[in-house]
Amino acid sequence: MSLLIKDPGFATTVQDLGRFGYAHLGISPAGAADGLSFRIANMLVGNHENAAGLEMSLSGATIEFQEETTAAITGASCQIALNGVEIAHSHPVCVPIGAILQCGRMIDGARAYLAVQGGIDVPSVMGSASTHLAARFGGFQGRSLRKGDLLNLGRKNLHAARRLNLNVTSIKSEGPTRLRVTRGPQQDWFAADSFATLFSATFTVTQHSGRTGLRLAGDCVVPSKTAQLLTEGVSLGALQIPPDGQPIILFVDQQTTGGYPKIANVVAADMHRVGQLRPADKVIFEEVSIDDALQLLRQQERWLRTAFEED
Amino acid sequence: MVCVISYALVPAAAEIAFIVTRDSGIKIIRASDSSLLVEFESVIDPALHQRVLNLFRAFLAKRDPRIRNLHPAYASLLIDFYPLQVGHEDLESQALALCEAEKIERDESPRVLIIPVCYDTEFGLDLADVAKHNSLTADEVIRLHTESDYLVYFLGFSPGFAYLGGLPPKLRTPRLTTPRTGVPAGSVGIAGDQTGVYPVDSPGGWRLIGRTPLRMFDPSATPPTRLQAGDQVRFASISRAEFERLAEKDRDFQCRS
Repeated sequence: MSLLIKDPGFATTVQDLGRFGYAHLGISPAGAADGLSFRIANMLVGNHENAAGLEMSLSGATIEFQEETTAAITGASCQIALNGVEIAHSHPVCVPIGAILQCGRMIDGARAYLAVQGGIDVPSVMGSASTHLAARFGGFQGRSLRKGDLLNLGRKNLHAARRLNLNVTSIKSEGPTRLRVTRGPQQDWFAADSFATLFSATFTVTQHSGRTGLRLAGDCVVPSKTAQLLTEGVSLGALQIPPDGQPIILFVDQQTTGGYPKIANVVAADMHRVGQLRPADKVIFEEVSIDDALQLLRQQERWLRTAFEED
Repeated sequence: MVCVISYALVPAAAEIAFIVTRDSGIKIIRASDSSLLVEFESVIDPALHQRVLNLFRAFLAKRDPRIRNLHPAYASLLIDFYPLQVGHEDLESQALALCEAEKIERDESPRVLIIPVCYDTEFGLDLADVAKHNSLTADEVIRLHTESDYLVYFLGFSPGFAYLGGLPPKLRTPRLTTPRTGVPAGSVGIAGDQTGVYPVDSPGGWRLIGRTPLRMFDPSATPPTRLQAGDQVRFASISRAEFERLAEKDRDFQCRS
Protein backbone atom coordinates (compact mmCIF):
# COMPACT_ATOMS: atom_id res chain seq x y z
CA MET A 1 0.00 0.00 0.00
CA SER A 2 2.66 2.42 -0.96
CA LEU A 3 4.81 4.30 -3.41
CA LEU A 4 8.25 2.98 -4.23
CA ILE A 5 10.80 5.59 -5.24
CA LYS A 6 12.66 4.17 -8.24
CA ASP A 7 14.53 7.43 -8.88
CA PRO A 8 14.11 10.51 -6.66
CA GLY A 9 15.12 13.03 -9.34
CA PHE A 10 17.25 16.02 -8.35
CA ALA A 11 15.67 16.79 -4.97
CA THR A 12 12.28 15.45 -3.90
CA THR A 13 10.81 16.00 -0.45
CA VAL A 14 7.54 15.39 1.37
CA GLN A 15 5.84 18.71 2.10
CA ASP A 16 2.53 20.20 3.15
CA LEU A 17 1.66 23.88 3.50
CA GLY A 18 4.15 24.39 6.33
CA ARG A 19 4.75 24.14 10.04
CA PHE A 20 3.51 27.19 11.85
CA GLY A 21 3.60 28.23 15.50
CA TYR A 22 7.24 27.38 16.23
CA ALA A 23 9.18 30.38 14.93
CA HIS A 24 9.88 31.47 18.51
CA LEU A 25 11.86 28.24 18.89
CA GLY A 26 13.89 29.04 15.77
CA ILE A 27 11.87 26.71 13.58
CA SER A 28 11.09 27.95 10.06
CA PRO A 29 7.85 26.82 8.40
CA ALA A 30 9.30 24.79 5.50
CA GLY A 31 6.36 23.57 3.38
CA ALA A 32 5.71 23.69 -0.36
CA ALA A 33 7.73 26.41 -2.09
CA ASP A 34 4.85 27.00 -4.51
CA GLY A 35 1.93 26.62 -2.16
CA LEU A 36 -0.61 27.52 -4.84
CA SER A 37 0.38 24.66 -7.16
CA PHE A 38 0.56 22.37 -4.15
CA ARG A 39 -3.00 23.21 -3.15
CA ILE A 40 -4.25 22.74 -6.71
CA ALA A 41 -2.64 19.27 -6.86
CA ASN A 42 -4.45 18.24 -3.69
CA MET A 43 -7.75 19.71 -4.87
CA LEU A 44 -7.46 17.81 -8.16
CA VAL A 45 -7.34 14.46 -6.37
CA GLY A 46 -10.01 15.45 -3.85
CA ASN A 47 -7.67 15.84 -0.89
CA HIS A 48 -7.70 18.44 1.82
CA GLU A 49 -5.41 21.16 0.46
CA ASN A 50 -2.87 20.58 3.24
CA ALA A 51 -2.50 16.81 2.65
CA ALA A 52 1.14 15.74 2.38
CA GLY A 53 2.49 15.49 -1.16
CA LEU A 54 5.79 15.45 -2.99
CA GLU A 55 7.76 18.49 -4.08
CA MET A 56 10.08 17.67 -6.97
CA SER A 57 12.80 20.17 -7.88
CA LEU A 58 14.34 20.70 -11.32
CA SER A 59 13.98 17.08 -12.37
CA GLY A 60 11.10 14.81 -11.40
CA ALA A 61 10.95 11.44 -9.73
CA THR A 62 10.16 7.96 -11.06
CA ILE A 63 7.69 6.20 -8.81
CA GLU A 64 6.13 2.74 -8.76
CA PHE A 65 2.56 2.71 -7.46
CA GLN A 66 1.94 -0.40 -5.43
CA GLU A 67 -1.68 0.54 -5.01
CA GLU A 68 -4.40 1.80 -7.32
CA THR A 69 -5.09 5.45 -6.72
CA THR A 70 -5.65 8.86 -8.26
CA ALA A 71 -2.72 11.23 -8.70
CA ALA A 72 -2.12 14.71 -10.12
CA ILE A 73 0.96 16.71 -10.98
CA THR A 74 0.98 20.50 -10.91
CA GLY A 75 3.50 23.32 -10.76
CA ALA A 76 6.34 23.53 -13.25
CA SER A 77 5.56 21.73 -16.47
CA CYS A 78 7.49 18.59 -17.17
CA GLN A 79 6.98 15.53 -19.29
CA ILE A 80 4.93 13.01 -17.38
CA ALA A 81 4.55 9.41 -18.44
CA LEU A 82 2.47 6.65 -16.94
CA ASN A 83 3.77 3.25 -18.00
CA GLY A 84 5.56 5.02 -20.82
CA VAL A 85 2.49 6.84 -22.14
CA GLU A 86 2.44 10.62 -21.86
CA ILE A 87 -0.25 12.00 -19.57
CA ALA A 88 -1.60 15.48 -18.91
CA HIS A 89 -0.25 17.94 -16.38
CA SER A 90 -2.69 19.51 -13.86
CA HIS A 91 -5.19 16.75 -14.41
CA PRO A 92 -6.32 13.92 -12.12
CA VAL A 93 -5.17 10.55 -13.43
CA CYS A 94 -6.20 7.05 -12.34
CA VAL A 95 -3.06 5.09 -11.65
CA PRO A 96 -3.43 1.31 -11.81
CA ILE A 97 -1.62 -0.94 -9.38
CA GLY A 98 1.98 -1.55 -10.40
CA ALA A 99 2.14 1.44 -12.73
CA ILE A 100 5.31 3.49 -13.11
CA LEU A 101 4.94 7.26 -13.08
CA GLN A 102 7.87 9.08 -14.58
CA CYS A 103 8.36 12.84 -14.33
CA GLY A 104 11.00 14.50 -16.45
CA ARG A 105 12.98 17.74 -16.24
CA MET A 106 11.14 20.91 -15.26
CA ILE A 107 10.64 22.98 -18.39
CA ASP A 108 9.25 26.34 -17.32
CA GLY A 109 9.77 26.49 -13.58
CA ALA A 110 11.64 24.98 -10.66
CA ARG A 111 9.21 22.69 -8.87
CA ALA A 112 6.41 20.29 -9.65
CA TYR A 113 4.03 18.76 -7.13
CA LEU A 114 2.61 15.27 -6.95
CA ALA A 115 -0.56 14.75 -4.95
CA VAL A 116 -1.96 11.28 -4.38
CA GLN A 117 -5.43 10.57 -3.12
CA GLY A 118 -5.28 10.26 0.66
CA GLY A 119 -1.92 12.04 0.79
CA ILE A 120 1.47 10.67 1.79
CA ASP A 121 1.33 9.12 5.25
CA VAL A 122 4.27 10.41 7.28
CA PRO A 123 4.33 11.16 11.01
CA SER A 124 3.13 14.63 11.88
CA VAL A 125 5.95 16.50 13.61
CA MET A 126 4.86 19.67 15.40
CA GLY A 127 1.62 19.49 13.47
CA SER A 128 3.11 19.24 10.00
CA ALA A 129 4.33 16.73 7.43
CA SER A 130 6.83 19.17 5.94
CA THR A 131 10.49 18.23 5.68
CA HIS A 132 12.82 20.51 7.63
CA LEU A 133 16.01 19.80 5.72
CA ALA A 134 18.45 21.82 7.84
CA ALA A 135 17.46 20.22 11.14
CA ARG A 136 16.59 16.87 9.50
CA PHE A 137 13.11 16.24 10.82
CA GLY A 138 9.58 16.01 9.45
CA GLY A 139 8.59 14.60 6.09
CA PHE A 140 10.13 11.23 5.29
CA GLN A 141 12.91 10.70 7.85
CA GLY A 142 13.75 14.40 7.73
CA ARG A 143 15.49 14.18 4.36
CA SER A 144 15.15 14.24 0.59
CA LEU A 145 13.89 10.98 -0.89
CA ARG A 146 16.29 8.31 -2.09
CA LYS A 147 16.02 5.37 -4.43
CA GLY A 148 14.25 2.50 -2.69
CA ASP A 149 12.25 4.61 -0.22
CA LEU A 150 8.79 3.24 0.38
CA LEU A 151 6.11 5.84 1.19
CA ASN A 152 2.80 4.86 2.70
CA LEU A 153 -0.39 6.45 1.52
CA GLY A 154 -2.99 7.95 3.80
CA ARG A 155 -6.57 6.85 4.02
CA LYS A 156 -8.61 7.56 0.93
CA ASN A 157 -10.91 10.49 1.39
CA LEU A 158 -14.52 10.82 0.48
CA HIS A 159 -14.22 13.55 -2.12
CA ALA A 160 -13.96 12.59 -5.75
CA ALA A 161 -11.26 13.89 -8.03
CA ARG A 162 -11.99 17.23 -9.68
CA ARG A 163 -11.04 18.84 -12.94
CA LEU A 164 -9.82 22.33 -13.60
CA ASN A 165 -11.85 24.47 -15.96
CA LEU A 166 -8.94 26.82 -16.52
CA ASN A 167 -5.57 26.22 -18.04
CA VAL A 168 -3.02 26.58 -15.25
CA THR A 169 -0.26 24.51 -16.79
CA SER A 170 1.75 27.49 -17.97
CA ILE A 171 2.87 28.97 -14.72
CA LYS A 172 5.51 31.26 -16.12
CA SER A 173 5.12 33.85 -18.81
CA GLU A 174 7.82 34.96 -21.20
CA GLY A 175 10.36 37.44 -19.93
CA PRO A 176 11.26 38.33 -16.36
CA THR A 177 9.13 37.17 -13.46
CA ARG A 178 7.33 40.13 -11.96
CA LEU A 179 7.21 40.07 -8.18
CA ARG A 180 5.02 42.58 -6.43
CA VAL A 181 6.37 43.90 -3.14
CA THR A 182 5.34 46.14 -0.31
CA ARG A 183 7.88 48.36 1.44
CA GLY A 184 9.74 46.59 4.22
CA PRO A 185 10.31 47.30 7.92
CA GLN A 186 13.60 49.18 7.26
CA GLN A 187 12.21 51.24 4.38
CA ASP A 188 13.48 54.38 6.11
CA TRP A 189 17.04 53.03 5.83
CA PHE A 190 16.91 53.45 2.07
CA ALA A 191 16.85 56.65 0.05
CA ALA A 192 14.60 57.27 -2.94
CA ASP A 193 17.35 56.29 -5.40
CA SER A 194 17.65 52.84 -3.77
CA PHE A 195 13.93 52.29 -4.32
CA ALA A 196 14.31 53.63 -7.87
CA THR A 197 17.01 51.02 -8.50
CA LEU A 198 14.96 48.24 -6.92
CA PHE A 199 11.93 49.03 -9.03
CA SER A 200 13.73 49.60 -12.34
CA ALA A 201 16.57 47.08 -12.42
CA THR A 202 16.31 43.50 -13.63
CA PHE A 203 17.81 41.01 -11.21
CA THR A 204 19.12 37.54 -11.94
CA VAL A 205 18.57 34.55 -9.66
CA THR A 206 22.02 33.18 -8.78
CA GLN A 207 23.13 29.58 -8.24
CA HIS A 208 23.17 30.22 -4.49
CA SER A 209 19.42 30.03 -4.28
CA GLY A 210 17.11 27.47 -2.80
CA ARG A 211 14.44 26.93 -0.21
CA THR A 212 16.22 29.04 2.43
CA GLY A 213 16.46 32.06 0.20
CA LEU A 214 17.10 33.36 -3.29
CA ARG A 215 20.24 35.39 -3.81
CA LEU A 216 19.84 37.87 -6.62
CA ALA A 217 22.46 39.66 -8.70
CA GLY A 218 21.94 43.04 -10.32
CA ASP A 219 22.35 46.75 -9.66
CA CYS A 220 23.41 47.51 -6.09
CA VAL A 221 20.70 48.57 -3.67
CA VAL A 222 22.59 50.30 -0.90
CA PRO A 223 21.11 51.52 2.40
CA SER A 224 21.67 55.18 3.13
CA LYS A 225 21.93 54.37 6.81
CA THR A 226 25.08 52.56 7.88
CA ALA A 227 23.99 51.52 11.37
CA GLN A 228 24.00 47.89 12.43
CA LEU A 229 20.53 46.44 12.66
CA LEU A 230 19.73 44.60 15.85
CA THR A 231 18.79 41.02 14.95
CA GLU A 232 15.00 40.79 14.62
CA GLY A 233 12.30 38.45 13.33
CA VAL A 234 12.00 38.18 9.57
CA SER A 235 8.87 37.50 7.58
CA LEU A 236 8.43 35.14 4.66
CA GLY A 237 9.40 36.83 1.41
CA ALA A 238 11.39 39.63 3.04
CA LEU A 239 13.85 41.27 0.68
CA GLN A 240 16.93 41.77 2.78
CA ILE A 241 19.90 43.79 1.67
CA PRO A 242 23.32 42.58 2.85
CA PRO A 243 26.33 44.94 2.70
CA ASP A 244 27.10 44.03 -0.92
CA GLY A 245 23.74 45.51 -2.00
CA GLN A 246 22.55 42.32 -3.70
CA PRO A 247 19.02 41.46 -2.49
CA ILE A 248 18.14 38.13 -0.91
CA ILE A 249 14.51 36.92 -0.88
CA LEU A 250 14.00 34.99 2.35
CA PHE A 251 12.07 31.87 1.64
CA VAL A 252 10.27 28.93 3.28
CA ASP A 253 13.34 27.35 4.95
CA GLN A 254 14.68 30.75 6.06
CA GLN A 255 16.22 31.50 9.42
CA THR A 256 13.56 32.91 11.71
CA THR A 257 15.63 35.98 12.65
CA GLY A 258 18.09 38.12 10.74
CA GLY A 259 20.30 41.17 11.03
CA TYR A 260 20.20 42.74 7.56
CA PRO A 261 17.84 45.61 6.72
CA LYS A 262 14.76 44.64 4.73
CA ILE A 263 13.81 47.09 2.01
CA ALA A 264 10.67 45.31 0.83
CA ASN A 265 8.59 42.16 1.11
CA VAL A 266 7.14 40.01 -1.64
CA VAL A 267 3.35 39.99 -1.40
CA ALA A 268 1.66 36.78 -0.25
CA ALA A 269 -0.15 36.46 -3.59
CA ASP A 270 3.19 36.23 -5.43
CA MET A 271 5.07 33.84 -3.13
CA HIS A 272 4.19 30.90 -5.38
CA ARG A 273 6.10 32.61 -8.20
CA VAL A 274 9.21 32.73 -5.99
CA GLY A 275 8.89 28.96 -5.62
CA GLN A 276 9.17 28.57 -9.39
CA LEU A 277 12.30 30.67 -9.87
CA ARG A 278 15.45 28.86 -10.88
CA PRO A 279 19.03 30.00 -11.28
CA ALA A 280 19.54 32.44 -14.20
CA ASP A 281 15.87 33.48 -14.19
CA LYS A 282 15.23 37.23 -14.37
CA VAL A 283 13.18 39.08 -11.75
CA ILE A 284 11.68 42.55 -11.65
CA PHE A 285 10.02 44.15 -8.64
CA GLU A 286 6.91 46.28 -8.68
CA GLU A 287 5.67 48.24 -5.69
CA VAL A 288 2.12 47.86 -4.43
CA SER A 289 0.43 49.08 -1.28
CA ILE A 290 -0.46 46.66 1.50
CA ASP A 291 -4.15 47.17 0.68
CA ASP A 292 -3.50 46.26 -2.95
CA ALA A 293 -1.46 43.23 -1.83
CA LEU A 294 -4.38 41.97 0.22
CA GLN A 295 -6.74 42.63 -2.68
CA LEU A 296 -4.48 40.51 -4.92
CA LEU A 297 -4.56 37.70 -2.38
CA ARG A 298 -8.35 37.81 -2.14
CA GLN A 299 -8.59 37.74 -5.94
CA GLN A 300 -6.29 34.73 -6.04
CA GLU A 301 -8.45 32.87 -3.52
CA ARG A 302 -11.58 33.68 -5.51
CA TRP A 303 -9.88 32.46 -8.69
CA LEU A 304 -8.89 29.22 -6.95
CA ARG A 305 -12.45 28.58 -5.82
CA THR A 306 -13.82 29.06 -9.31
CA ALA A 307 -11.01 27.20 -11.08
CA PHE A 308 -12.56 23.80 -10.61
CA GLU A 309 -15.39 22.35 -12.62
CA GLU A 310 -18.53 21.65 -10.72
CA ASP A 311 -19.28 17.97 -10.45
CA MET B 1 10.51 53.72 31.07
CA VAL B 2 9.15 55.81 28.24
CA CYS B 3 11.05 56.29 25.09
CA VAL B 4 10.22 58.95 22.58
CA ILE B 5 10.69 58.10 18.99
CA SER B 6 10.91 60.85 16.44
CA TYR B 7 7.96 61.25 14.17
CA ALA B 8 10.47 62.04 11.45
CA LEU B 9 10.69 58.31 10.87
CA VAL B 10 7.21 58.32 9.43
CA PRO B 11 7.55 58.33 5.65
CA ALA B 12 5.91 61.02 3.60
CA ALA B 13 3.94 58.45 1.62
CA ALA B 14 0.20 58.61 1.97
CA GLU B 15 -0.03 55.11 3.33
CA ILE B 16 0.55 54.90 7.06
CA ALA B 17 3.12 52.20 7.53
CA PHE B 18 4.20 53.21 11.00
CA ILE B 19 2.34 53.68 14.22
CA VAL B 20 4.41 55.47 16.81
CA THR B 21 3.14 55.91 20.29
CA ARG B 22 4.74 58.22 22.78
CA ASP B 23 2.95 56.64 25.71
CA SER B 24 4.10 53.07 25.42
CA GLY B 25 7.35 53.82 23.66
CA ILE B 26 6.80 51.29 20.94
CA LYS B 27 6.76 51.53 17.20
CA ILE B 28 4.57 49.23 15.14
CA ILE B 29 5.61 48.65 11.56
CA ARG B 30 3.66 46.85 8.87
CA ALA B 31 6.49 44.60 7.80
CA SER B 32 4.54 42.90 5.03
CA ASP B 33 0.95 42.15 3.99
CA SER B 34 1.03 39.26 6.48
CA SER B 35 3.12 40.54 9.36
CA LEU B 36 3.79 43.41 11.67
CA LEU B 37 6.82 44.27 13.72
CA VAL B 38 6.51 45.70 17.21
CA GLU B 39 9.76 47.53 17.93
CA PHE B 40 10.94 48.69 21.30
CA GLU B 41 14.15 50.71 21.60
CA SER B 42 16.95 49.44 19.43
CA VAL B 43 19.25 48.31 22.25
CA ILE B 44 20.14 45.04 23.93
CA ASP B 45 19.01 45.40 27.50
CA PRO B 46 17.50 42.80 29.86
CA ALA B 47 14.83 45.17 31.24
CA LEU B 48 13.73 46.20 27.76
CA HIS B 49 13.79 42.56 26.70
CA GLN B 50 11.40 41.76 29.54
CA ARG B 51 8.85 43.94 27.77
CA VAL B 52 9.39 41.96 24.55
CA LEU B 53 8.89 38.76 26.53
CA ASN B 54 5.74 40.04 28.20
CA LEU B 55 4.21 40.97 24.87
CA PHE B 56 5.33 37.70 23.26
CA ARG B 57 3.92 35.62 26.11
CA ALA B 58 0.66 37.55 26.11
CA PHE B 59 0.18 36.83 22.40
CA LEU B 60 1.24 33.21 22.84
CA ALA B 61 -1.29 32.78 25.65
CA LYS B 62 -4.10 33.96 23.38
CA ARG B 63 -3.59 30.87 21.17
CA ASP B 64 -5.14 32.88 18.37
CA PRO B 65 -5.38 30.53 15.36
CA ARG B 66 -5.24 33.54 13.05
CA ILE B 67 -1.65 34.18 14.17
CA ARG B 68 0.83 31.97 12.33
CA ASN B 69 4.08 32.71 14.07
CA LEU B 70 5.64 34.92 16.73
CA HIS B 71 9.30 35.89 16.41
CA PRO B 72 10.59 37.58 19.57
CA ALA B 73 14.11 39.04 19.35
CA TYR B 74 16.35 41.39 21.35
CA ALA B 75 14.03 44.38 21.22
CA SER B 76 11.19 43.48 18.89
CA LEU B 77 8.38 41.04 18.23
CA LEU B 78 7.39 40.06 14.70
CA ILE B 79 3.81 38.84 14.43
CA ASP B 80 3.09 36.78 11.34
CA PHE B 81 -0.56 36.11 10.58
CA TYR B 82 -3.07 34.73 8.08
CA PRO B 83 -3.91 37.94 6.23
CA LEU B 84 -7.32 36.74 5.02
CA GLN B 85 -8.36 35.98 8.59
CA VAL B 86 -7.11 38.97 10.55
CA GLY B 87 -5.95 42.46 9.64
CA HIS B 88 -3.09 44.70 10.70
CA GLU B 89 -5.43 47.09 12.54
CA ASP B 90 -6.82 44.35 14.75
CA LEU B 91 -3.38 43.08 15.79
CA GLU B 92 -1.96 46.59 16.15
CA SER B 93 -4.64 47.53 18.63
CA GLN B 94 -4.14 44.24 20.47
CA ALA B 95 -0.40 44.92 20.69
CA LEU B 96 -0.97 48.46 21.95
CA ALA B 97 -3.46 47.28 24.56
CA LEU B 98 -1.10 44.59 25.78
CA CYS B 99 1.80 47.03 25.99
CA GLU B 100 -0.36 49.36 28.06
CA ALA B 101 -1.46 46.54 30.33
CA GLU B 102 2.06 45.34 31.05
CA LYS B 103 3.18 48.62 32.61
CA ILE B 104 3.23 46.97 36.00
CA GLU B 105 6.51 45.13 36.30
CA ARG B 106 6.01 41.42 36.41
CA ASP B 107 7.91 39.52 38.99
CA GLU B 108 8.21 36.14 37.38
CA SER B 109 11.45 34.51 38.36
CA PRO B 110 13.04 33.00 35.26
CA ARG B 111 13.84 29.33 34.82
CA VAL B 112 17.49 28.68 35.55
CA LEU B 113 19.10 25.89 33.56
CA ILE B 114 22.52 24.40 34.04
CA ILE B 115 24.19 23.21 30.86
CA PRO B 116 27.05 20.78 31.49
CA VAL B 117 29.98 21.36 29.14
CA CYS B 118 33.10 19.31 28.60
CA TYR B 119 35.84 21.80 27.75
CA ASP B 120 38.37 19.14 26.72
CA THR B 121 40.45 20.19 23.73
CA GLU B 122 38.88 17.35 21.76
CA PHE B 123 35.66 19.41 21.77
CA GLY B 124 37.10 22.85 22.45
CA LEU B 125 38.96 23.08 19.18
CA ASP B 126 39.41 26.85 19.52
CA LEU B 127 39.79 27.06 23.30
CA ALA B 128 43.51 27.79 22.99
CA ASP B 129 42.83 30.53 20.42
CA VAL B 130 40.18 32.16 22.62
CA ALA B 131 42.65 32.08 25.53
CA LYS B 132 45.46 33.50 23.44
CA HIS B 133 43.28 36.24 21.91
CA ASN B 134 42.35 37.44 25.41
CA SER B 135 45.73 36.81 27.08
CA LEU B 136 44.25 34.18 29.37
CA THR B 137 44.99 30.55 30.16
CA ALA B 138 42.54 27.90 29.01
CA ASP B 139 41.53 27.32 32.64
CA GLU B 140 40.75 31.01 33.03
CA VAL B 141 38.55 30.91 29.93
CA ILE B 142 36.63 27.95 31.42
CA ARG B 143 36.34 29.67 34.79
CA LEU B 144 35.02 32.91 33.26
CA HIS B 145 32.64 31.06 30.96
CA THR B 146 31.15 29.02 33.82
CA GLU B 147 30.97 31.91 36.31
CA SER B 148 28.63 34.07 34.29
CA ASP B 149 24.82 34.05 34.20
CA TYR B 150 23.42 34.16 30.71
CA LEU B 151 20.02 35.34 29.53
CA VAL B 152 18.29 33.64 26.60
CA TYR B 153 17.15 36.63 24.58
CA PHE B 154 15.50 34.55 21.88
CA LEU B 155 15.87 31.50 19.69
CA GLY B 156 16.72 31.95 16.03
CA PHE B 157 19.23 31.03 13.34
CA SER B 158 18.36 27.33 13.59
CA PRO B 159 15.88 25.26 15.65
CA GLY B 160 16.72 25.67 19.33
CA PHE B 161 19.64 28.04 18.81
CA ALA B 162 19.64 30.47 21.75
CA TYR B 163 20.99 34.01 21.50
CA LEU B 164 22.59 34.40 24.93
CA GLY B 165 23.55 37.65 26.57
CA GLY B 166 26.09 37.92 29.35
CA LEU B 167 29.41 36.80 27.92
CA PRO B 168 32.21 38.29 30.07
CA PRO B 169 33.93 40.99 27.96
CA LYS B 170 37.26 39.27 28.63
CA LEU B 171 36.13 36.34 26.49
CA ARG B 172 35.17 38.29 23.38
CA THR B 173 36.75 36.72 20.33
CA PRO B 174 36.02 37.33 16.65
CA ARG B 175 34.49 34.49 14.67
CA LEU B 176 36.60 32.30 12.43
CA THR B 177 37.54 33.91 9.13
CA THR B 178 36.52 30.71 7.35
CA PRO B 179 33.49 28.97 8.88
CA ARG B 180 33.65 25.22 9.41
CA THR B 181 31.47 23.22 7.05
CA GLY B 182 30.33 20.95 9.85
CA VAL B 183 29.93 21.76 13.54
CA PRO B 184 28.52 18.87 15.63
CA ALA B 185 25.34 19.37 17.66
CA GLY B 186 26.11 20.34 21.27
CA SER B 187 29.19 22.39 20.38
CA VAL B 188 29.62 25.47 22.57
CA GLY B 189 31.12 28.48 20.88
CA ILE B 190 32.00 32.15 21.13
CA ALA B 191 31.56 34.77 18.40
CA GLY B 192 32.22 38.42 19.19
CA ASP B 193 30.36 39.14 22.42
CA GLN B 194 28.03 36.16 22.00
CA THR B 195 28.20 32.61 23.24
CA GLY B 196 25.89 29.76 22.36
CA VAL B 197 25.29 26.08 21.80
CA TYR B 198 24.76 24.56 18.35
CA PRO B 199 21.52 22.52 18.73
CA VAL B 200 21.88 20.62 15.45
CA ASP B 201 24.78 19.69 13.19
CA SER B 202 25.35 22.69 10.96
CA PRO B 203 28.04 24.79 9.34
CA GLY B 204 29.32 27.55 11.60
CA GLY B 205 32.01 30.13 12.23
CA TRP B 206 31.95 30.37 16.00
CA ARG B 207 35.09 29.59 18.05
CA LEU B 208 34.41 26.24 19.68
CA ILE B 209 35.38 25.96 23.34
CA GLY B 210 33.56 22.79 24.44
CA ARG B 211 30.56 20.54 23.96
CA THR B 212 27.47 19.68 25.97
CA PRO B 213 26.21 16.09 26.05
CA LEU B 214 22.61 17.37 26.32
CA ARG B 215 20.33 17.36 23.35
CA MET B 216 19.32 20.97 22.81
CA PHE B 217 16.77 20.15 20.11
CA ASP B 218 14.53 17.10 19.92
CA PRO B 219 11.72 17.38 17.36
CA SER B 220 9.70 14.64 19.07
CA ALA B 221 9.77 16.34 22.49
CA THR B 222 7.31 18.88 23.89
CA PRO B 223 8.60 21.53 23.76
CA PRO B 224 11.20 20.53 21.17
CA THR B 225 13.86 22.90 22.44
CA ARG B 226 15.62 22.74 25.80
CA LEU B 227 15.88 26.51 26.07
CA GLN B 228 13.19 29.15 25.73
CA ALA B 229 13.35 32.92 25.47
CA GLY B 230 13.65 34.38 28.98
CA ASP B 231 15.51 31.43 30.51
CA GLN B 232 18.67 31.95 32.53
CA VAL B 233 21.56 29.70 31.71
CA ARG B 234 24.76 28.70 33.46
CA PHE B 235 27.46 26.47 32.09
CA ALA B 236 29.09 23.87 34.35
CA SER B 237 32.42 22.24 33.51
CA ILE B 238 32.32 18.44 33.40
CA SER B 239 34.91 15.74 32.77
CA ARG B 240 35.09 13.59 29.68
CA ALA B 241 33.77 10.60 31.68
CA GLU B 242 30.81 12.65 32.90
CA PHE B 243 30.17 13.77 29.32
CA GLU B 244 29.86 10.14 28.21
CA ARG B 245 27.61 9.27 31.15
CA LEU B 246 25.27 12.19 30.54
CA ALA B 247 25.23 11.63 26.78
CA GLU B 248 24.06 8.06 27.38
CA LYS B 249 21.45 9.22 29.88
CA ASP B 250 20.21 11.97 27.60
CA ARG B 251 19.81 9.72 24.57
CA ASP B 252 16.11 9.28 25.20
CA PHE B 253 15.75 12.46 27.16
CA GLN B 254 12.85 14.64 26.26
CA CYS B 255 13.84 18.26 26.21
CA ARG B 256 11.88 19.05 29.35
CA SER B 257 13.58 20.62 32.27
